[in-house]
Amino acid sequence: MEHIVIKNLNKEFINRRHARRDSDDSNGFGKSIPVLNNINLEFQKGEMVCILGPSGCGKSTMLRIIAGFDTSTSGQVFIGGRPVNGPSSDNIFVFQHSGLLPWMTVWQNVELGLRHMEDKEKKKEKVQEYIEMVELEGFEDHYPYQLSGGMQRRAELARAIVVNPDMLIMDEPFSGLDFLTHMKLREEVVNMHELFGKTTLVVTHDIDDALVMGDRIVVMGGRPSGVKLERKLDFPHPRNFEKEAELRELRDEVFLMLGVSYAV
Amino acid sequence: MDSKSSPFILSLLAFSIVLLLWELTVRFSGWSEHVFPGPSIVIISFCELIANGTLFKHSVASLFRVTAGFYLAMLFGIPFGIFLGRLETARLFFNPIIQFLRPISPLAWIPLSMLWFGIGDKPAVFLIFLSSFFPLVVSTTIAVSSINPIYFQVAANFNFSRSEVVTKVVIPAIIPEVVTALRLTVTIAWLVVVAAEMIAVQSGLGYLILDSRNALRMDYVMDGMIAIGIIGLFLDNIMRKLGRTDSAFWGSVV
Ligand SMILES: Nc1ncnc2c1ncn2[C@@H]1O[C@H](COP(=O)(O)OP(=O)(O)O)[C@@H](O)[C@H]1O
Ligand SMILES: [Mg+2]
Repeated sequence: MEHIVIKNLNKEFINRRHARRDSDDSNGFGKSIPVLNNINLEFQKGEMVCILGPSGCGKSTMLRIIAGFDTSTSGQVFIGGRPVNGPSSDNIFVFQHSGLLPWMTVWQNVELGLRHMEDKEKKKEKVQEYIEMVELEGFEDHYPYQLSGGMQRRAELARAIVVNPDMLIMDEPFSGLDFLTHMKLREEVVNMHELFGKTTLVVTHDIDDALVMGDRIVVMGGRPSGVKLERKLDFPHPRNFEKEAELRELRDEVFLMLGVSYAV
Repeated sequence: MDSKSSPFILSLLAFSIVLLLWELTVRFSGWSEHVFPGPSIVIISFCELIANGTLFKHSVASLFRVTAGFYLAMLFGIPFGIFLGRLETARLFFNPIIQFLRPISPLAWIPLSMLWFGIGDKPAVFLIFLSSFFPLVVSTTIAVSSINPIYFQVAANFNFSRSEVVTKVVIPAIIPEVVTALRLTVTIAWLVVVAAEMIAVQSGLGYLILDSRNALRMDYVMDGMIAIGIIGLFLDNIMRKLGRTDSAFWGSVV
């Protein structure tokens, strides 16, 4: 569990798409498109950080750079003082849509991170323990397509947490779930965070998710996008907007910031 | 016929109608049975050819060549396709050559293959190999390069080695597409073997047909054709069964 520093991070994509026939003379091919502009952030170890922002503002891009899947154009990310260079099982990414390998059963997926473990008995116990923790016992031999969306996310969470990573990185972990599944899974993620205390980065487009879960929230926006707001949330769980006036005000502020003039 | 009638009964019905039309055409066309034998004569001679082992011998010869050429094509074509799918530079390098060679019918290679490999099984096996190799390479390459990049990120995230990426991600990911490609390819291979056997060899169903024509036995020609059809069906069925395991069929249920 390490603390994270993001320093002067910039990211540009090169436009590889040829423009349609009748556009203006410069067709934009080969031009760089800035996405992230001078991001500076610092997260403490063990924090649950919720990142908000309109869609397309570069949240996933930032997470991919932190996870080492993508490189920055300039600037650096330090985890525990060391610059990130490439993916590692110390930081497990939970993908926006399922990242389970569809040709492997739940068991085989959860086992992925432990496949080099010598002690087979211990490995079996551990895989089983985590499958039970996310309440998927009885589904060990099911393939991902045989599970509901919520079950798939839980299986992926089990797979991530079983390797005891320093950090969990989740890209819109609740998107595409029905309301109740969303609420239940959110609660599970919060509980898991309280239990294991892993540094957790969660991208979400749901303001209430961020305010209910986060120890810290970051709001991104603009074009190219920068940090528009960063706030530490010192409220106990479970959180209640009715009782916490400060939280309610912050909620209104974030709604306004994201272009909705009143919180519905 | 309602939708509940079994496919088996329907196909039986279709075959019966064809037989009936065939018999009627023979009766009313007035052609000699040496030119256009009817179903009864063909069926009798079919049994004859089965009884004296001729059909079996030639079928085995053809199947041997198809199997040999097809396995060689799989052995080289699938790994080569995986290699091309994984390495963009290699793909850009080899693709023009493959696209150039691919539309050349394997039959156009007959003269060269006879010159290089002489008479016997070898040129036929070579032709089968050619007919299957290019389609397999192309389908495998496409399958590999269209694997969802998320799976490679998962692999990197869990520190997969290069060989693990191939065995745990690439191969399982492409199985559905490769099985489809194998099904299409085995059909082409089966088409080609018959043609190849009309030229270079003294056995096989292609040879049986050619030899029977020379002997003016059109009923044997038709027997050969029927055997080819039956074995083709059987090959397609084997290929279909190949992909019918849970972990191979992950992609079909979405
Ligand atoms: N590989 C890429 N090549 C070019 N542009 C990209 C690429 N990935 C993302 N982008 C662009 O970067 C911007 C941010 O994308 P993303 O990080 O996915 O946003 P978010 O996750 O916040 O919705 C988008 O405008 C998108 O079109
Ligand atoms: Mg995104």
